[in-house]
Amino acid sequence: MQSWREQPAAFFVFILPATLWLLAFFLIPLALIWVISFGERVGPVDIAFTWTSANYLDALDPLYLKLFWRSLWIAAVATAVVLVVAFPVAFAIAFAPPRAKPLLLLLVVLPFWTNMLIRTYAMLAVLRGNGYLNWTLEGLWEATRLLLTPIGLGWLTGERFVPLELLYNNTAVVFGIVYVYLPFMVLPLYASLERLDRSLLEASLDLGASQLRTFLAVVVPMARPGIVSGLMLVFIPAIGTFLISDLLGGPDSQLLGNIIERQFKAANNWPLGAAMSFLLLYVAFALLLVRAWLGARGLRDA
Amino acid sequence: MAPPPIVRIEHVTKRFGDYPAVEDVSLDIAANELFALLGPSGCGKTTLLRMLAGFERPSAGRILIGGADMTTVPPNRRPVNMVFQSYAVFPHMTVADNVAYGLRVDGTPAGEIAPRVDAALEMVRLGGYRARMPEQLSGGQRQRVALARALVKRPKVLLLDEPLSALDRKLREDMQLELVRLQHEVGITFVMVTHDQEEALSMANRVAVMDAGRVLQIADPRTLYENPTHRFVADFIGTMNTFDVEVSGVEGDRVRVRHPLLGELEVARAAPHVTGGVLIIRPEKLRLDFSTPPVAGERMLDAVIEQVAYYGDLSFVFIRLDDGTRLQVSRYNINRVDQGDPPPGRRCRVGIHPEDLLLVDDGG
Amino acid sequence: MLRRGPPPGPLDYSRRWWLRAWLALTFVFLYAPIAILVLFSFNDSRRNIVWQGFTLDYYVKAANNVSLLEAFSNSLVIAALSTVISVVLGGLLALALYRFRFPGRPAVEAANQLPIVVPEICMGVALLVFFAEVGWPRGLPWPLSLSNIVAGHVAFSFPFVAVVVRARLAGFDRAQEEASRDLGASEWQTFRRVTLPYMRPGLIAGGLLAMTLSLDDFVITFFTSGPDTLTFPVKVYSMVRFGATPEVNAASTVLIAITIALTVVAMRLQAPPKAGG
Repeated sequence: MQSWREQPAAFFVFILPATLWLLAFFLIPLALIWVISFGERVGPVDIAFTWTSANYLDALDPLYLKLFWRSLWIAAVATAVVLVVAFPVAFAIAFAPPRAKPLLLLLVVLPFWTNMLIRTYAMLAVLRGNGYLNWTLEGLWEATRLLLTPIGLGWLTGERFVPLELLYNNTAVVFGIVYVYLPFMVLPLYASLERLDRSLLEASLDLGASQLRTFLAVVVPMARPGIVSGLMLVFIPAIGTFLISDLLGGPDSQLLGNIIERQFKAANNWPLGAAMSFLLLYVAFALLLVRAWLGARGLRDA
Repeated sequence: MAPPPIVRIEHVTKRFGDYPAVEDVSLDIAANELFALLGPSGCGKTTLLRMLAGFERPSAGRILIGGADMTTVPPNRRPVNMVFQSYAVFPHMTVADNVAYGLRVDGTPAGEIAPRVDAALEMVRLGGYRARMPEQLSGGQRQRVALARALVKRPKVLLLDEPLSALDRKLREDMQLELVRLQHEVGITFVMVTHDQEEALSMANRVAVMDAGRVLQIADPRTLYENPTHRFVADFIGTMNTFDVEVSGVEGDRVRVRHPLLGELEVARAAPHVTGGVLIIRPEKLRLDFSTPPVAGERMLDAVIEQVAYYGDLSFVFIRLDDGTRLQVSRYNINRVDQGDPPPGRRCRVGIHPEDLLLVDDGG
Repeated sequence: MLRRGPPPGPLDYSRRWWLRAWLALTFVFLYAPIAILVLFSFNDSRRNIVWQGFTLDYYVKAANNVSLLEAFSNSLVIAALSTVISVVLGGLLALALYRFRFPGRPAVEAANQLPIVVPEICMGVALLVFFAEVGWPRGLPWPLSLSNIVAGHVAFSFPFVAVVVRARLAGFDRAQEEASRDLGASEWQTFRRVTLPYMRPGLIAGGLLAMTLSLDDFVITFFTSGPDTLTFPVKVYSMVRFGATPEVNAASTVLIAITIALTVVAMRLQAPPKAGG
C-alpha cells in the first residue's frame, strides 16, 4: 500500500465517484430523515424543524412499543429457526465431496436470485387455506382415514378435514422470514465450516471425545464467526421487514416495518416515521456493536 | 586500467520512516559477474536490489548502471530486469505471452518478437510450453518463464530476488547449476539476493555479506570462508569456534595474542583494521587425537567428548575443554569400515595449528 | 446415489443418512414453492390448486398486459444501468482501498459498509424523503424517469461490488505490477494489461451480484418509484394485493427464467479459459 500523495490524480479518480454517490444517495438522505425525526408536522406536507423530541416519545407509546417488541420477538424466533435449519445444511455441504460442493452451494443461492416479492408470493400460495400445504395435508388425512377405517380406527381421524389456519398469523410471518433469509445463514456458516481444519476434529475424536462432544466442543466454537455473521444477516433485515408481514401476516402481525411504511405512504406523518426508522437503525447499530465486541472478545480468547 | 563497473552504488542509504534499511552502501559490480548479496532476512539486501530495479528510491546516494545515473529513473526505463521471488508470472497469459510482454510494451516489431520469444524459451528449456497457462506449470517451470521473460529483453543486468528459495532441495541444486550455465551463455551480469550461504558460495564470483543495512565484507567465496573480517561473517558463512584472547602486539598482518590454555601465540589477522577481537577456527581444521604425538607446531589441549552428531559424509563431535570452553570438530568419515564415532565421556586431545587461527573483528 | 462400499468413516459426514435427509428436505422447502409457482403458471384453471391441463393462456394475457410489460422492461433497464454504474464505482473504490493509504481511510471503509448493514426500509424511506425534498425532477423522458430508482439501487449495490472486488484483489501479487513495470510497461499499460485482467472475475462476480440485488429488490424500488413509474415489483405487489392470479405466476416465471439465464451466462464468462488455447 502506498501513500495517496504519491499518485494524487489516480487516488481521486478511484475514490471520488463512489464517495460522492454514497454521500448524495445514502448519507445525505439518512441525515435528512434524522433531521426530520426532530421536526413537527405543520400541514399535510409541510414540516417545521423544531428539534422536538415529541416524535420519539410518540414512537415509544405503548401501542407502538408493543409492535416494536413483536418485531424483535418474531425476528428472534425466525432467526433461531433459520440457524437450526441452516447449520446441518452448511455442515453437510462443507463435508460433501469436493465435486458436489459447487452444485450444492448453487442450489442454496439460486432461490436468492429470485425476487423477494416472488418468493413471498410463492409462500402465500403454499400456505393459503386452500393452498398446497393444506391440500397435501388433506390428501394425507384421506389416506390415513382409508387405512384406519377398515380396522375400526376411523374415528381417530375425526369426521371431517379441517384446513389449518396457516396464513395471516405470526407463524406465517416466521415461516416467510425463514424461507426468504435461509441462504443468508447457510453461506457464512459454510464459509467458516469450510475453513475448519479437519485434523482438529480428528484430534478431538482421537482424544476420546464422542461425535456429539466433538461437535459441541470443537465445531460450534470454531464456527462462531460464521454463526454471528449469519445471525446478523438474518436478524437485522428481519426486524425491518414489512413485505413478508404485509402479505403473510394477519391484523395482529403488523410489524415495525409496516407502521413505518404507513407513516410515509398512507398516514403521511413523516416525523413519526423518521423517528421510528432511526429507532430501528439504532437497534441495528447496537447489534453490530455487540458483534464487534464479541469479535474482539473472540480474539482475546484465542 | 580495469574496465568500468556495470553497476556502481555510491553511498546509498534508504530509510523507511526512521528505520534505516540500507546504510551508506558503496560497491561496484563488474560486467559479467555473478554477484550475490547475502545476509539474514531484514539485512537490507532486498531493499538494495529493489533500488537497482527502481522500485525504491534511495534516501541518499547515487546508483549508476552502465555509467548512467539511474537514481531517479522509473523501473520501466532502466536497462535491468528482475526475476521476482514469487516469480510474478502473469496468470492470465500463456507462457509465450508472458515472455513477449516486455517486448510488446516496448513496441518491438511483431516479426521480431516471435523468434526472440522462441529463442528465450529454448534457452530455459521450455521450448514445448509456449501455449501453456502458468497454472499448468510446476514451480520450477514458472521460474524458468520468469527467467526467459527477463532475459528476452537483453538487460544489462539481471536481478534475481531469492531465486531458489521457493524450490525444493533437489530442484534447487539443479537450478543452481542451470543459472550459472545461463549466466555464462548469455554473458549478462547477474545480481542475486539470497539468505542461503551455500547458494552464494557455490554460485557467485563475488559475495557481499550484509547485516543491519551495512555491507560488512565483499570478497570471493574462498576469501569469505577462509578470511572473514568480522565475527558475523564467519558465523553466517559456515560454523566456527571462538577463543577470547588478549592482543599484546600488532606487526603487519600478524598479531601476538595470549590465551589461558593456548598460551602465547602469533596468528594472522583478517584485515588491517582488526587490532582486537576474537580468535576463530573452523571445525574441520581442528584435529581430534587419541594417542598420536602432535604434528609440528601444533598446540594440544585436553578435552572430553560431549556429544556426536552423525551426518553420513561427516560427523560433528562436540567437545569440552578443561576450562569449560565448548568446541565443534568435524571429521570426515573417509573409510567405509571405520573406527566409528568416539563415545561421549571419552577423554581426548584436540590439536590446533596456529596458522588455522584468525583474529577477526568482534563487532557485527 | 445409493450407498455402496465400506461404511462411512468418522469424518464422512456427507454419507450419514440423516444429514442427507436434512439437506434434501431443506432443498424441497426452498424449491417446492417456486416450483409450484412455475408449474401452475401453465395450469389451465383460475382456481390454480389442482392441475387441469397445460396452457400458455396466462403468458399471452401477461404479454398483453401493457402496464405489466412496461413494468417488466423498466425493471430490466434499471437492473442493467444499476449494474454498470455499480461495477464502475465499486471497482474503482476497491482499487483505492487496495492501493492507497490516506487519512480518514477507516471512516471511508465504514461508510461504505453502511448500505450493507442499514435495514433496507430505513434506506427506502430516506430516499423517498430525499427525492421529495430536493425536488428531483418528475416527468422526465424515459429512461431518465428511472434515474431516482437507479440511484438508489446503485447506492446499495456498489458496496457489495467493492467487497467482492477487494476480496479478489487481496490475492493479487503486487510483484506482478512491478514485473510489468520492470519489463518496460507504463503505469497505464500495467493497469490495462495486468491489473484489470486480474480483477475481471471479481468485476463479473460483483456485477452479477449487483444485478441480482437490483432484480431482487422490492423495498427500495417500492419507496423510490414515483406514481408515474411502473416497476415490476411494485406492479406485482399491487396485483397480489388484489388477489393472486396465474398472470402473476406467468410474469414471475419469466423473471425467474431471465435471472437464471443471466446467471448461467455470467458463470460461463467467469469460467477459467480452457487449457491449451
